[in-house]
Amino acid sequence: MIITFDWLKDHLKTNLKEKNLLEQLTNIGLEVESVESLSADNGLFKIAEIIKTEKHPNADRLKVCDVNIGENKIKKVVCGAENAKEGLLTIYAPPGAIIPKTKTKLVVAKIRGVTSYGMLCSESELNLSNDSDGITELTQEFRKNIGKSYFSKSKSNLIDISITPNRPDCLGIRGIARDLAASGFGKLIDLEEKKIHSKNKHTLKVKINKEKGQGCTTFGSCLITNVKNSESPKWLKDKLISIGQKPISAIVDITNYVMLDINRPLHAYDADKIEKGIIVRNSKSGEEFTALDNKNYKLESGMCVICDNKGVLGLGGIIGGARSGTEFNTKNVLLESAYFKPGSIRNTAKKMNLDTDAKFRFERGIDPLSIENGLNKAAKLIKEICGGEISKIDIQKIETYKTKKISFDPNIFEKISGFKISLKEMIKILEDLGFGVKKVKKGLKLAVPSWRPDISQEVDIVEELVRISGYEKIKNVEPIKQRKKSTLNKFQKLFHFLQRSIASKGYLEAITWSFTDQRYNDYFRETKKEIKIINPISSELGVLRNSIFSNLIMHINKNLDRGFRDLSIFEIGPIFNGSNPGEQNTVVCGLSAGKKTRLSWIEKDRNVDVFDVKRDVTQALVEAGYDSKKFFIDNKTPNYYHPGKSGRLFLDKRNDQVAAYFGEMHPNILKQVDMKTESLVGFEIFMDNLKLPEKTLNDLKVKFSFSDYQKSERDFAFIVNKNVNAQDLINVISNVDESLVKNVKIFDVYEGENIPENHKSIAISVTIQSSEKTLNESDLEKINNLIIKTVENKTGAKIRS
Amino acid sequence: MSDLKKIKDEFLSKLGGKLDIFEINQIKSDLFGKSGLISTQFKKIGTIAESERKKFAYDLNIIKDELQNLINSKINELETAEIKKKLEKEKIDITLPERSFIRGKIHPVSQTIDEISSIFSEIGFSVEEGPDVENEYNNFTALNTPENHPARDMHDTFYLDEKKQRLLRTHTSPVQIRTMLKDKPPFKIIAPGRTYRSDSDQTHSPMFHQVEGLHIDKNINMGHLKGCLNYFIKEFFEVDKIKMRFRPSHFPFTEPSAEVDIGYEMKDGKIIIGEGNQWLEILGCGMVHPNVLKNVKVDPSKFQGYAFGIGIDRLAMLKYGINDLRAFFDCDYRWLNHFGFDPLDVPTNYRGLSR
Repeated sequence: MIITFDWLKDHLKTNLKEKNLLEQLTNIGLEVESVESLSADNGLFKIAEIIKTEKHPNADRLKVCDVNIGENKIKKVVCGAENAKEGLLTIYAPPGAIIPKTKTKLVVAKIRGVTSYGMLCSESELNLSNDSDGITELTQEFRKNIGKSYFSKSKSNLIDISITPNRPDCLGIRGIARDLAASGFGKLIDLEEKKIHSKNKHTLKVKINKEKGQGCTTFGSCLITNVKNSESPKWLKDKLISIGQKPISAIVDITNYVMLDINRPLHAYDADKIEKGIIVRNSKSGEEFTALDNKNYKLESGMCVICDNKGVLGLGGIIGGARSGTEFNTKNVLLESAYFKPGSIRNTAKKMNLDTDAKFRFERGIDPLSIENGLNKAAKLIKEICGGEISKIDIQKIETYKTKKISFDPNIFEKISGFKISLKEMIKILEDLGFGVKKVKKGLKLAVPSWRPDISQEVDIVEELVRISGYEKIKNVEPIKQRKKSTLNKFQKLFHFLQRSIASKGYLEAITWSFTDQRYNDYFRETKKEIKIINPISSELGVLRNSIFSNLIMHINKNLDRGFRDLSIFEIGPIFNGSNPGEQNTVVCGLSAGKKTRLSWIEKDRNVDVFDVKRDVTQALVEAGYDSKKFFIDNKTPNYYHPGKSGRLFLDKRNDQVAAYFGEMHPNILKQVDMKTESLVGFEIFMDNLKLPEKTLNDLKVKFSFSDYQKSERDFAFIVNKNVNAQDLINVISNVDESLVKNVKIFDVYEGENIPENHKSIAISVTIQSSEKTLNESDLEKINNLIIKTVENKTGAKIRS
Repeated sequence: MSDLKKIKDEFLSKLGGKLDIFEINQIKSDLFGKSGLISTQFKKIGTIAESERKKFAYDLNIIKDELQNLINSKINELETAEIKKKLEKEKIDITLPERSFIRGKIHPVSQTIDEISSIFSEIGFSVEEGPDVENEYNNFTALNTPENHPARDMHDTFYLDEKKQRLLRTHTSPVQIRTMLKDKPPFKIIAPGRTYRSDSDQTHSPMFHQVEGLHIDKNINMGHLKGCLNYFIKEFFEVDKIKMRFRPSHFPFTEPSAEVDIGYEMKDGKIIIGEGNQWLEILGCGMVHPNVLKNVKVDPSKFQGYAFGIGIDRLAMLKYGINDLRAFFDCDYRWLNHFGFDPLDVPTNYRGLSR
């Protein structure tokens, strides 16, 4: 909402300065968004006439115009507008002027070799309208003002206030003035309109159909006959221009002025274009009409329409129709002042995708008791400016407005705000805001002003009182440092732990969007359901991610393009399995590209490989408190992993929930995303599948014990079928005698010469130690033989001799 | 001259010369070997007349010690010299680079969430979470923002179905609803997390982070709200004093509602929090609306309290001098490295939030 201090002074008597005003507005909840000083240089924009146009010698689309800027001065201006032609009255901006829209300062410039002294402005460049089609066209009325400033010399700045949706009353200057006055910033000027006393009959019959869902409850109107529509007088034009509105014609300007001044939207019809009378009814499906924006609208059923015998004239409270609009030759005017229900307005506007000033106001709630006042004010102005005769006011209504009453217990104020104000003060604030206040035994009996649809209960009154008495009065109660419940639950602790654990392994944490490109998502979706966003910001961000890989791989690729070769990034966050709340899982997902080490004086070249990610996953899980001895790993992994170089990890063999996948990414994926890197490996840890221990880590620890007896190491080499997993061998050996076998380590895996086909040799070192005695040779021999025998029996291995 | 004196003089002079380790060992054996000169003398003790035996033994021991010490120190000297020589040979160019290492980093948003949690933990808040996909009821209706409320226009919502029943939460406030429906008052929680709005330009990202706060108990008033936020902002920016301004605003789910500005100034292109005459809006808050409490079956005549919502990304930008919101989610390796935090840098109260 844009206002000026000058306009505010129509309603508010105050000696205070604009600086104080800006502070006070913000203090009472009418936040000042920006202050624009147009006055400093808006005098520079002059009414001018194009007296000659020539084609630009070097550019087909440009014209070189001779522009009369008054006082016998002619300026050469290069202009690209199609409508620039001889005799056109328009607005000229000289070098030095700052264009309101772009905030750029004009300079004398050579355009394709021709020097241009200033610019001819479009309405959009001047923030007069959104019309950027060509330069502003002024009517012949302006001819006498050539050389004069287009904008009035207002000293008032443009103050842009952000009005919260609960305050429709402040969409009118008077509402703002009332709030300011209540807060002690001046005195509200009494401006009650005198009622029209007319003997002229209102000859157009108006009827509101009583039907289900009727969006209009009251329709007030009057006829003004024999008017002469014209341009508005200077004071009215200046007023509208001062807040950046463009004057159109007196009748339209007057309705706009009343709307801006007291937030009472009005609509003016050319009464001669209305067939027989007005009917307010629900639309029928398929009905059409052409609106004032010259667009044709096809309606659904149940929208509130204003009609005559011929059909729809307009969408009530949203937009009028082209057929019945006023023009300069309009003789008889029907002025409408109605109340439309906010919900109905919003529904219709949403369905028709229409956003108008009237809609914005009606959907927030217009003062239902302002109907007559609006008609009085506007009709009198029309008569004053355009002449004519005003008829009696006709008011049709199907509902009667009832004043809302609230019983207010003054003690509630302190209970919520934490500070005290006197009852006297409360009464003054509420009365200044327009409440009817009556003292009763239990507190106050309040009548809510009709312009405040937002107020319906006691807490609303508290808000008004705190707001007007000042938020700075709220005390600062120091918080108590006391914790009754642990800050994080087990899952959250695990989240934090894994996050920092993975980062400590050399991965940079990334946060990427929860949505992704459908194409990328499909690479990793497998059998999961695709979850589409109905209204994505772009088609590349059209689905919720089924895997974090989709985003990470995209970003790895971008970083490779930036010239990085060795990259490790991870993200911990949600993946989505369905479109219902809760159908999501928390995943730690990492990707490593390139090499682990590059050739240097001390290190060899080595690509990142599956055992790097296997270590990262295992180590992170061990650090998080899981026992790696129980881990079970097989090679069943999703299709986006390399089928031979990837694994699936379970915390426990008996567990059927996958704790993690890890491995090399499938070469097809790299091909599809056009990635060039020496190697790409990744992992996913599924946090929701990790069992959260009931006990604390401390309680989980077994008793501390160790053996001081000598340990021995024995090496074995087994030849096994290629399909036998190393893990099986380790498990078999570990289980031979848990009291003696302390550690099993694979130190070599070999295939090739001297090994039968489809077989491999696995060399294992076993640490043997007793907690009861030092083992002698024969003890060791016994366990040795047992190991060999068990391994051979259980895995079909043969000891290598 | 007695034999002892002779031995002593002879070997002292021998040991005074330049000797290698073999020669010293030879001398050692000549003296202390099985039939060495000193060993032989010890064997003689028993044969010596009783009157002289004590003195002889005494002299012999002194000579023995003297020679032995000398030999030991000579050996030591030689060994030391030997090691020194060896070490000198082993000398390398220590300025050669070490083996390569890589450093992981924690994203500034994660770090900021940990900082925030740490601060609120101290004053008794616990952390709650909610799903990213919400239903229309939890995100709007339960929060006193019924269908057709103009306030819904302020949230550009991503929807997952045509009926607009499933959506990506536009704020963390639905966690208030979930928490209050799940448990009984009092409530004292924060809820950090991802939030979404279909809005994308220089200063808006379609995904961003918020932290919700909710404190419901008997007699919690606006003074507690102000005190809590004042404490938080001071702790978060790690300053002693903060300039904070509460200003009336409107959110459907709180009443009275406020927006909070903090004072700042620009010094050498950097933002200084807590000083200066300019105001920066950093959060919205208010007393939880009685309608919201009714929706979650909490009796507003018995319980009341406050709620707030803070933009986490914005806080991180302010504290760590990050200019571009979009960069947070752009995954640029250079950016992550520059603004990321070492994983060992866990914000704690005793050590301080940041280094």
